[in-house]
Amino acid sequence: MTPGFRGRPRSSGPKLPPGQYLTEDFPVLTAGPTPRVPVDRWEFVVTTETGQQHRWSWADLMALPAETPTVDIHCVTKWSKLGTDWVGVSLDTLLSDVETAADFAFVHSYGGYTTNLPLEDLLDGQSWIAYRYDGADLAPEHGGPARLLVPHLYFWKSAKWVRGIQLRLDDEPGFWESAGYHDYGDPWREQRYQGD
Amino acid sequence: MDFTDGNALAGPLREIFAVDMTAATSRCAACGHAGPVATLRVYAHAPGLVARCPGCEEVVLRLVRAPDSAWLDLRGAASLRIPL
Ligand SMILES: [Zn+2]
Repeated sequence: MTPGFRGRPRSSGPKLPPGQYLTEDFPVLTAGPTPRVPVDRWEFVVTTETGQQHRWSWADLMALPAETPTVDIHCVTKWSKLGTDWVGVSLDTLLSDVETAADFAFVHSYGGYTTNLPLEDLLDGQSWIAYRYDGADLAPEHGGPARLLVPHLYFWKSAKWVRGIQLRLDDEPGFWESAGYHDYGDPWREQRYQGD
Repeated sequence: MDFTDGNALAGPLREIFAVDMTAATSRCAACGHAGPVATLRVYAHAPGLVARCPGCEEVVLRLVRAPDSAWLDLRGAASLRIPL
């Protein structure tokens, strides 16, 4: 991808998207009770538009090559946190053997949360299933044992307690997208609400 | 014609949307539990307000406030009984 093609240039320009303020702590936002998912019962399932399922146990996930992204994250409630350190498996790795013609991804979580995004935003090094944060196992309040990490979109797209992804030919709005929030959510274009 | 347009709702809804809704009785669409809106479990540390059923923890009501609009999502409520 050309630097600056979608959003900001890599080497110059502001570190914070419009309307955001910098925070040093890591605020916990949640729309419901925190699910407690033991790793021996955890699984991650990708379902294609034809109904084909691809499953990973926790052991399967741990056996895949891990990456260590350091990324800036931007919450739609206006805090941003720069240089956060994660360990996770790239969606490029997880989806490499998945045959699909889908354009959209519908992400669902333990606890019932959902969010949607274009499939291409999960690929090309842009997203991970993250299971460690800042040198420790990902805590349940931050989405552990594993969460989606899609740092170039507002952080509500980075679903905590991720359980699976449905690959779809059509776009289905998720939990916040069906209640007034923007379908895509690019922080650099300040796409907070529908119509922004 | 069997119906009129939505302007027929103006007067009746103005009466409802001016009252304190926490005294209303909501019925959960998921489990049928009925109780005062004031007894719902509200998660406010979120991009909007999420009110969940004390019986089954499903979402009963969501309210998102943008600078120039509000979204009120009631799909999790089978009904609201509003004292008038
Ligand atoms: Zn209920």
